[in-house]
Amino acid sequence: MALSVGCTAKPGKSRGNRTGAWRVFKPAFKHNKCTKCGLCAMVCPEGCIIEQEDEFMIPDYDYCKGCGLCAEECPAEDIEMVKEEK
Amino acid sequence: MMRFIEGSLAVSDAVRMCRPDVVSAYPITPQTHIVESLAEMVANCTLDAEYITVESEFSALSACLGAVAAGSRAYSATSSQGLALMFEVCFNLAGMRLPMVMTIANRAISAPLSIWNDQQDSISLRDSGWLQFYAEDNQEAADLHYLAYKVAEDQKILLPAMVCFDGFILSHTYEPVDMPTQEEVDAYLPKFNPCQRLDAKDPISFGMFAFPEYYMEFRYAIDQALQQSREKIREAGKEFKEKFGRDYSALVEGYRLEDAETVLVAMGSLCGTAKDAIDEMRGAGRKVGLLKIRTYRPFPGEEVAAALKGAKRVAVLDKNISLGSKGAVGLEVKDVLYGSGIPVLDYIVGLGGRDMRKRDIERIVTLAEKGEGDLFYGLREEVA
Repeated sequence: MALSVGCTAKPGKSRGNRTGAWRVFKPAFKHNKCTKCGLCAMVCPEGCIIEQEDEFMIPDYDYCKGCGLCAEECPAEDIEMVKEEK
Repeated sequence: MMRFIEGSLAVSDAVRMCRPDVVSAYPITPQTHIVESLAEMVANCTLDAEYITVESEFSALSACLGAVAAGSRAYSATSSQGLALMFEVCFNLAGMRLPMVMTIANRAISAPLSIWNDQQDSISLRDSGWLQFYAEDNQEAADLHYLAYKVAEDQKILLPAMVCFDGFILSHTYEPVDMPTQEEVDAYLPKFNPCQRLDAKDPISFGMFAFPEYYMEFRYAIDQALQQSREKIREAGKEFKEKFGRDYSALVEGYRLEDAETVLVAMGSLCGTAKDAIDEMRGAGRKVGLLKIRTYRPFPGEEVAAALKGAKRVAVLDKNISLGSKGAVGLEVKDVLYGSGIPVLDYIVGLGGRDMRKRDIERIVTLAEKGEGDLFYGLREEVA
């Protein structure tokens, strides 16, 4: 976003709102025991976990709010929530 | 032209000459005569404006907000509970940087219900980002509307403004008021030139969502605009003097401050009573003066400090109370004089229409000389 007079904005997409700044804990995708099942991407409420060319999943940290659902649901327990220092 | 006119009608006629495009208001005592008069002007085609009738003050100010966002000059007026109902919209107008002018016929706030005068209503909105002017008499009340629009609509300010005048004491009182001609007002107050506006061909939203990383900067920008508006008020006041002969180039006004040992500080119609009381006390050899605060927001700290620097003591008359603390003007003056060693004594006076007479002013000066202050003045004996 930008500092406009009166906080005005032209029509646009909410992608401009980088909600990743709300995060306290960051999901670290370790890709050690990952079976590429894709459950993390399915449960992500933000829809920001994206499958890469090598079929591994990586979250877009610009939008990941750090809710931890992916880490909770990961069957391989291969996602770790790490306190993020800013 | 000098006219003998009721305060509310002087205000409505001044507003007419400011050429608002949209008027939206909801009647409430003691503001009623202003908006009745404007509705009549619109019906009689002597004012070319949209008069939007609404079901509440919240809607009245919301209609004005939309009108200003669409590029119109808007006007409203209210009192007391009406202003309380506008609370949220007041903050939105300032935050969206939408300039307009609203008259407040100052009245006490419920409960208990009171239709009479004090300044608690507008003082309670002091943190909303609006400019706040307080008029001593009906001449000043009318004049401040031309000035308020000019300052509020300045491209560097872009903030709404309240012109406050004491309900009944001024609003329902007939006084001689020098009313300028439409041509004179047009020469002083240019057309509203919005820096951005609602336009279906080029859509825009106002007052969007701000992240924690940005919200503070938006609030800072409002504060900066309000801080910088002091200079704009002085400029607009100076030009007013050149065009109309009455001087509003300072945000405060001193009365018999030379060699004054006890200086009273007050806002609104109380200043007129205080001036008469001071004349009598001066006649009896007592060194008393008055500092009238015309602009409460932005608060003219430097001018107040400069005017009070020679005082032995300062007695602030507050027609409001920040419950659990002190009067709103007293707190400001204490802040400004912090470290000066000059004692500032605050007196809560005239709440809910309690009359303030010359003898009360004299008694307060006596209390201040004894160092007794920070109290509600003139309470009934039963409370003890």
